[in-house]
Amino acid sequence: MRITRRRFTQGALAAAAAPAVLSFGGPARAADPLKVGFVYVGPIGDHGWSYQHNEGRLAVEAEFGDRVETSFVEKVSEGADAERVVNQLAASGHKLIFTTSFGFMNPTLKVAQRHSDVMFEHATGYKRADNLATYAARFYEGRTISGTLAGHVSETGVVGYIASFPIPEVVRGIGAFTLAARRINPDLEVRVVWVNSWYDPGKEADAAKALVDQGADVLLQHTDSPAPMQVAEERGIKAVGQASDMTRFGPSAHMTAVVNDWAPYYVERVGQVLDGSWTSTDTWGGLASGMVKMAPFNSNLPAEAIADAEQAVADIKSGARHPFDGPVRDQSGTVRIAEGERASDELLLGMDWYVEGVQGKLPG
Amino acid sequence: MAAEGAFGIRLERRPAPSRAMLLATPPLAVLLTVLAGAILFAAMGFDPLETLRAYFVSPLTSLYGWGELAVKATPLAIIAIGLALGFRGNVWNIGAEGQLTLGAICAGGLALAVYGHEGPWLLPLMMLAGAAGGLAYAAIPAYLRVRFNANEILTSLMLTYVAGLLLSYLVTGPWKDPEGFGFPQSRLFNPEALLPIVLDGTRMHLGAPLALCVVLAGWLVVARTLIGFQIKVVGLTPIAAGYAGFSQARIIWFTLLLSGGLAGLAGAIEVSGPIGQLQPAISPGYGFTAIIVAFLGRLHPVGVLLAALLMALSYLGGEQAQIELGLPLAVTGVFQGMLLFFLLASDFLTHYRVRRTASTPAAAG
Repeated sequence: MRITRRRFTQGALAAAAAPAVLSFGGPARAADPLKVGFVYVGPIGDHGWSYQHNEGRLAVEAEFGDRVETSFVEKVSEGADAERVVNQLAASGHKLIFTTSFGFMNPTLKVAQRHSDVMFEHATGYKRADNLATYAARFYEGRTISGTLAGHVSETGVVGYIASFPIPEVVRGIGAFTLAARRINPDLEVRVVWVNSWYDPGKEADAAKALVDQGADVLLQHTDSPAPMQVAEERGIKAVGQASDMTRFGPSAHMTAVVNDWAPYYVERVGQVLDGSWTSTDTWGGLASGMVKMAPFNSNLPAEAIADAEQAVADIKSGARHPFDGPVRDQSGTVRIAEGERASDELLLGMDWYVEGVQGKLPG
Repeated sequence: MAAEGAFGIRLERRPAPSRAMLLATPPLAVLLTVLAGAILFAAMGFDPLETLRAYFVSPLTSLYGWGELAVKATPLAIIAIGLALGFRGNVWNIGAEGQLTLGAICAGGLALAVYGHEGPWLLPLMMLAGAAGGLAYAAIPAYLRVRFNANEILTSLMLTYVAGLLLSYLVTGPWKDPEGFGFPQSRLFNPEALLPIVLDGTRMHLGAPLALCVVLAGWLVVARTLIGFQIKVVGLTPIAAGYAGFSQARIIWFTLLLSGGLAGLAGAIEVSGPIGQLQPAISPGYGFTAIIVAFLGRLHPVGVLLAALLMALSYLGGEQAQIELGLPLAVTGVFQGMLLFFLLASDFLTHYRVRRTASTPAAAG
């Protein structure tokens, strides 16, 4: 029913509203809903990254009702196709477009230069323009909490980390996790497997099994499918979910999940377009702003672990603790962040080295 | 026996499939797909006509849309022309995706190597480098097949993954953009390394006319050259080809190198055209989709061109239907699957006919 109604309104709009907006040029009339477009890199059913962005889109629909109309294109390749999809949305009357993967950065910028009357928001990138804002979340803060739990529960002292691409965001997550885990257990090791994909359940599951076979009894993932969580449940070990609460894929394995909550940001930005106050900004929210949340800690965890994790959440929120409080050493033992100092955002944004305790060599 | 009332069906090879039917089946398959698609849309609660319009008409209502059609069809056509030649001679190059990647690496590597010292000579050299890279990469399965009789389907396919990893290594390592905050991608190429736009206001680049030249050249090879004839004979009746003294090894080398070179050229066109840099994802599976395009086009160069356009349109339409109507993406895949299914089914019925028979061993034998 819902689809049918939306289809009807959109069909009517394609015929009427788009030319009207174009010819009037100025702000849309009150009767015209604001069209908001979303471009996803994965399928909305990935239960991870794209799923959470889509939840944000649904929150926008719920918040603004008839005043907005949203559409999305899922599983858009980060190659030559992205520019066409973004352009297609801009050309079909969408006035605010969220492109939700790093690989969409240059295509989004190109389209933004052609459509100066359309506002763009690119997630996790660093190129901005008057009509192109960027936003990202400090997921590494959530990794600190995950590391605290892992440090308590790992008996083998080996943690398996399934990673996507060796970009700063992922390397940062590995670093924050390892620092927090070794604070509890200084001998803990982190083994990383790169699967070179954001979403590939088969590869993720294979990597998970290989890591468990190497002695890992806690699995972390920076990929989007629930496959590693399912492997953890089968093998009777612990894991941390990615992007969304993955409890149902591993009721006993699921310690917590680093949840990305885009809804408040999307609602805020759409509201700003509606009242005309939108400007191009650079947002990097974390636990304090609610863009990153922890899924409920599993009740089967030791009370001490939960207490420590809750304390870590509170300390990061209040600023008493930073995931990269010095001294931080890299793999060679060199001090990268001195005692008493904290990693600057600039250092974090370009992070291309492993902290001490991570096994193996960073690709590239 | 028949009086018992048990009937079965039996397939009988037609002595000679009619030329009219061979020509009629692809359009028929398209028509059946559209009809089945309409039923599918209706069953999902979408207005079938409106959906078909969004799918096949909306993408082409603007000049930009036509440009996009050309951008999307260009690599498909170039790769499929080469693959079709090989398939005619029973040489199964399944690794065009990897050869494309190698072509992209060679062309892109050249653009990066001369960064800041470009000249008008660069683009032609990039195209040549791309073709050479794809060709060299296809030489591996060709050598393994000719020398060791190793199945080229497996070797070419597996080399695809090797190529993908090589590209990831380069863009996360030595070729990473020094000002890119560590993200895995190269610098953006300078304008001299980019294919010029041939249609203002669109993304249609010089690669599109180049693809037409490739189609024409493919047709010349098939219709007018000895090697084209030899490929056909080897494919149809290897024994007769042997009696005629046609070398099978020569056919394997020729078709694999040619299809690899063309796939490499497509890779060079992608990085110097719509993408403009090296990054982990160059192709959304063009090398594999081109296999469907080759068969949809009946392994004929003109058919391949039409099939590439149709396949490109189905991608554009799938996006458009998502934007306009909220049609799920999976429907695009189902739609393309139905197209191939109907094509193969009607193909089969062109070559075989179904006879009802008594289902007894005697009658069936």
